[in-house]
Amino acid sequence: MAAAPPQHSGDSAARGSEARDLTVRVVSADQSLSQRLQDIWGHRELLSHLVRTEIKVKYKNSILGILWTMVAPAMTLAIYYGVFGVLLKNGIPDFVIFLASGLLIWNFFFGSVMAGTGVIVGRAGIVKKVSFPREILAIATVGSQSVYLLLQWLVLAVFMVALEHRPDWVALPLVVVGFVATVVWAMALAIVLSAVNVYFRDVQHLIEIVMQAWFWATPIVYSFWFTLQTKLVAHHLSWLTKLYFCNPMVSVVVGFQRAIYGDVSVVSTATTQRTVIEVLPPWHLASYYELLAGCIAVGLLCLVGAIKVFGRLEGNFAEEL
Amino acid sequence: MADSVFAVDVQSVSKHFRLYKDKNKSIKERMLHPRRVAFEDLWALRDVNFTVAPGETVGILGHNGSGKSTLLKTICGVLQPSSGQVLVRGKRAGLLELGAGFEPELSGRDNIYLNGAMLGIPKAELDRVFDEIVAFSELGPFIDNQVKFYSSGMYVRLGFAVAVNVDPDVLVVDEVLAVGDERFQRKCMDRIKQFQADGRTILFVSQTPEQVRAICDRVVVLHHGEMIYNGDTGKGIRLFREKLNQDTAAPVGAAIEGVTDLDHDAGPKNPTLPDDRSTRGARIEAVHWGCPEVLGAVPTGKRLEISIDVDAPKAISDVVYAIQLINEDGEIVAATTTETLGMHLDLPEGKSQFTFMIDRIPFLDSEFQLNVGLQSRNGVENLFAWAEQAAVVEVTYAGRAQGLVELEVSCEFRERTD
Repeated sequence: MAAAPPQHSGDSAARGSEARDLTVRVVSADQSLSQRLQDIWGHRELLSHLVRTEIKVKYKNSILGILWTMVAPAMTLAIYYGVFGVLLKNGIPDFVIFLASGLLIWNFFFGSVMAGTGVIVGRAGIVKKVSFPREILAIATVGSQSVYLLLQWLVLAVFMVALEHRPDWVALPLVVVGFVATVVWAMALAIVLSAVNVYFRDVQHLIEIVMQAWFWATPIVYSFWFTLQTKLVAHHLSWLTKLYFCNPMVSVVVGFQRAIYGDVSVVSTATTQRTVIEVLPPWHLASYYELLAGCIAVGLLCLVGAIKVFGRLEGNFAEEL
Repeated sequence: MADSVFAVDVQSVSKHFRLYKDKNKSIKERMLHPRRVAFEDLWALRDVNFTVAPGETVGILGHNGSGKSTLLKTICGVLQPSSGQVLVRGKRAGLLELGAGFEPELSGRDNIYLNGAMLGIPKAELDRVFDEIVAFSELGPFIDNQVKFYSSGMYVRLGFAVAVNVDPDVLVVDEVLAVGDERFQRKCMDRIKQFQADGRTILFVSQTPEQVRAICDRVVVLHHGEMIYNGDTGKGIRLFREKLNQDTAAPVGAAIEGVTDLDHDAGPKNPTLPDDRSTRGARIEAVHWGCPEVLGAVPTGKRLEISIDVDAPKAISDVVYAIQLINEDGEIVAATTTETLGMHLDLPEGKSQFTFMIDRIPFLDSEFQLNVGLQSRNGVENLFAWAEQAAVVEVTYAGRAQGLVELEVSCEFRERTD
């Protein structure tokens, strides 16, 4: 076989005239934060690549493919509709919509954190061979989960049309803000946990339990205002609410419920007496935005911290894996 | 080094590993026995300093565990040094051990794009060179197959094809040429030479000093994590050989290599390199050499006999015995085969011995590595057995002549009358 043809003759001319951008890269134990962020930004194309790769690999050899992400929540919602709408009425009308407005964003958060935690260990082959800002792997899991979330929201939309449940159009921007808050928090957790998991594989198992507790500490299957707040007030424990709101997902989920479920107070369907229950906090919309803004601000701080921790731990990935 | 020109600048890089005796990965274990984490401190690299100028090709030599893989990983940015730093100017592309980090579930096509994206190559650029990559890797019909079905050769071909086609300024090549058939190896070498002509910088690691000699301007020799030599290729190779013979066992070093090479990658594993006493149909059990008249080293001008003990599980017809004498610079100074000698031989089943008798050994004081092999008639396509560096043949010279070989000289004196 002859040698490969010299296709590079054109390039070498350019090389001679020094027209190339020759940036100097530094490999060292401590990199500044801005450098890390720049590096991540420089690899944004890789991010979209990894997201597509992940989705592609996950549904490889399956006939329905990515539609599976819609089948599962559709089934869940149908079951919940049957159980809580028909059999075990808990008093909240269109409970399935109430549930889904919090559950889908929670699933996104849960999925991102869980998948993100295992991602560095799972992609050891790549991590050990190629140099790139590895945070991207964790960020990419959040990215692919976002794609699933969008599809699941379509399912929810279908349910809402079917049940003739209108969202609160005015409050709908809360969805965007809430989603941003969730992304920030999910990225922060996924990044830091993925790195720690390289050293302590326990994290993967531990986080599963933590997430379960976290789920119940978030008003997804129960109404924060109706179930919790009224009781706390009755027992003069309203200070606990503040503590409760330290959980960023509370602000997010309540915000989503406000936007998608919409009705603040509804007429109970549990009994024949027409008692009015307040499902959602009867606050002005601005309060919801305030909560979410705080949530995003703290989340961003955590994200910066997570990237710093990740940078510290990253140096030894190739040998720990 | 303000603004002085370098392509790679390795500044007092040290890398420190903890070699765990029994690695406790769980928090519980660490909580219960905080002090009982048994590990040995190990310096894989210790204060390594060198610069590579643009356009230079530098070989990195070192036996297993000398830290050369760690060094390359640091230069590629896969590992961060414990202290010190590495500066790399321009785009770097590297092939670390086997495979460039492919996703086994994805097709070759998708992996090219993924790999390119990881190297920071824009998609438009990849679209442009995609066909070249496929052509170079010779994977045309398989490019849409999942990489997990690729053979190790295909894996390396794809990795190499991506690395050389993304227009890197600094190319790092680690041992990749150990796999792949000879033709592809040659193709890679041709491409590497073309890169040199383009004025690109290359860092090259190979276990084969001949390859290093063939392309490198300069070598860096690592020994137990320390840089013991940086300079001329020939000298470096000799030093590397010396060190290699000094501690063939290299117990500690071997352990490091074992750690860093643990590969969870789904990709193919290191294939057996063809430089050991590999078995492919017959086995070379032992190689003896000597002079029938004297014990020990062969005196120049005497007969050298080289016997090869072979054990064949089954008879092979039409075999060729081959011997090579290699000098300390890795050059083949003499070689012959029974085919060259015009002999037709069959190898019977069972144990046998074959002896080459060299009537007059012309060399002066020297030591030669002896390679012996058993192959089929038409070249090395079918290698039945090969023993690389099977023995060191020593020649002693008692005379006074200088040079490399002894000449048989006779002289005559006459007076001219014209």
